[in-house]
Amino acid sequence: MKQFCTSMLKSPSGVIGLIILLLAISVAVFGPLLFPNSPWRMVQRPFLPPFTLSTVPLGTDALGRDVFAGMIFGARVSLLVGLVSTLAALVVGVPIGAMAGYFGGKVDDALMRFTEFFQTIPSFALAIVLVAILQPSIYSIVASIAVVSWPPVARLVRGEVLSLRTREYVQAAVVTGQSNSWIILREILPNALSPVIVLASLMVATAILLESSLSFLGLGDPNLISWGYMVGAGRTVIRQAWWITVFPGVAILICVLGLNLIGEGLNDALNPRLSREGR
Amino acid sequence: MLSFVAQRVLKGVIVLLAIVVLNFFLIRLAPGDPAVVMAGEAGASDQVFVNQLREKFGLDKPLPEQLFIYVTGIATLDLGFSFRQQAPVAKLIAERLPATLLLTLTAFAISLALGVLFGTFAARFAGTFLDTGITIFALIFYAMPIFWVALMGILLFSVTVDWLPSFGYETVGANLAGLAHAADVARHLIMPAVTLGLFFMATYTRMTRASMLEVKRLDFVKTARAKGLSDAVIQRRHVLRNALLPVVTLAGVHAGTLIGGAVITETVFAWPGIGRLMYDALLQRDYNLLLGVFVTCSVMVLIFNLVTDLVYRLVDPRIEFAA
Repeated sequence: MKQFCTSMLKSPSGVIGLIILLLAISVAVFGPLLFPNSPWRMVQRPFLPPFTLSTVPLGTDALGRDVFAGMIFGARVSLLVGLVSTLAALVVGVPIGAMAGYFGGKVDDALMRFTEFFQTIPSFALAIVLVAILQPSIYSIVASIAVVSWPPVARLVRGEVLSLRTREYVQAAVVTGQSNSWIILREILPNALSPVIVLASLMVATAILLESSLSFLGLGDPNLISWGYMVGAGRTVIRQAWWITVFPGVAILICVLGLNLIGEGLNDALNPRLSREGR
Repeated sequence: MLSFVAQRVLKGVIVLLAIVVLNFFLIRLAPGDPAVVMAGEAGASDQVFVNQLREKFGLDKPLPEQLFIYVTGIATLDLGFSFRQQAPVAKLIAERLPATLLLTLTAFAISLALGVLFGTFAARFAGTFLDTGITIFALIFYAMPIFWVALMGILLFSVTVDWLPSFGYETVGANLAGLAHAADVARHLIMPAVTLGLFFMATYTRMTRASMLEVKRLDFVKTARAKGLSDAVIQRRHVLRNALLPVVTLAGVHAGTLIGGAVITETVFAWPGIGRLMYDALLQRDYNLLLGVFVTCSVMVLIFNLVTDLVYRLVDPRIEFAA
């Protein structure tokens, strides 16, 4: 673990990514406390350009709402949706992959056909349909992102379990008469964890992109401000007020970039052989 | 070869059937009576109309029978009727499909060509400034939401310098014909196709680079070098060909994402394809149309996957069709 941390800190992309993520998390947690302007309230005249008033640093939108406040509150939604939907996808994907890899045969066949089926369905289109039918809310958004993002987890875990299952220490556990669930949970899964962590960090990034795209199309939770919603709302007035669309988009970009960099850093730390060659 | 294709087509048909069944249950997930949902808000208040629908779709019959009616409907290309647009869903989709195919295929070609090119360069000059530059650009494009890239494109190329049209498929009212018309459409196509292509270009760049570096270390490359082959030949014939395999796989996996990106791109650029149609259906909560577009998207992905499977077999030097 200690060795892992030092190698993670040695990779420049990992460090930059971690800094970005920590910044984003602190904005999401503390921002609304330090900056109590409600993102929904009218605070100034509409279309106030950025950098003109220090109280409204990034200007106002078409309804005179504070763009900066929206960005701070939007961080909560993006990070929350990203993390929770990834966790939900892991909760579905890990058991399916583990069972398929461990039991093999017909169980593997059935579970993998099921997984492939979900992988074939165009994910964003399915997410749109699901949110539209379940009615937009933070729950339906999280659920639909989880539904479209678990298959890669299942496939990855299956592959790892498949190769770990034949290891001697697992055979030893079988011989000593341990139960299947004990072997999967205690012997196999902990050793299959590192690639799953790498994938999970990238999934959070994808989930944030998905959430912002859904909100952009008007499928966001109507009670929560989010970056995608802000860009969508500013779209029609882009010729008069560029700042309404530009700033929230930059926020999405930085956040997703940070998470991708963390994924790279983790990958470097967990697969040192590959990364050395590449650099 | 033939049996392979037949096998894949059969598999595709089974998946399609499963998607249709999923669709059938999805519309029943919507809150309220499916007949009312299908009628949309426009006709919902009219009880006679709702009853008519209930009878037409057999909603008063048991569930398995309803499913059968639904599946046979789709098998005969009957995707239902859009009450909002007052036209059969299949007709609406057929009208819009060519524009979407033009957009997605152009974007795909751009992303694959540039992605493989940049990835090859980055791998060839690994560790140099060129590599770092390409890698950073790829990382940034990979992190940008497509709708935002589209809007930034409009802001730059339509609002600031006015080089490219910001919306539509052709100049309205220009009535161009022949080559002039094609040039006009191409001008309108540039921004949407590049926008959609950038994200995938970034993906292919990263994949090609990683995969080439991986293949480079393998024994057969050393053998080729020991044989005295020139570097260019080794790169092209041995490294690139093998390194392209994961890229082809990725292209297949990404077919669905490409379609999803088209929904966004078409919405922003008012490109008259099925993605834009999906957005309209969404705004009007026209579930029949929404699910019709969804099925169409799935079929497109299935076909694309079939093609990538075939291409994989052609590219992979290890697989022979004789088997």
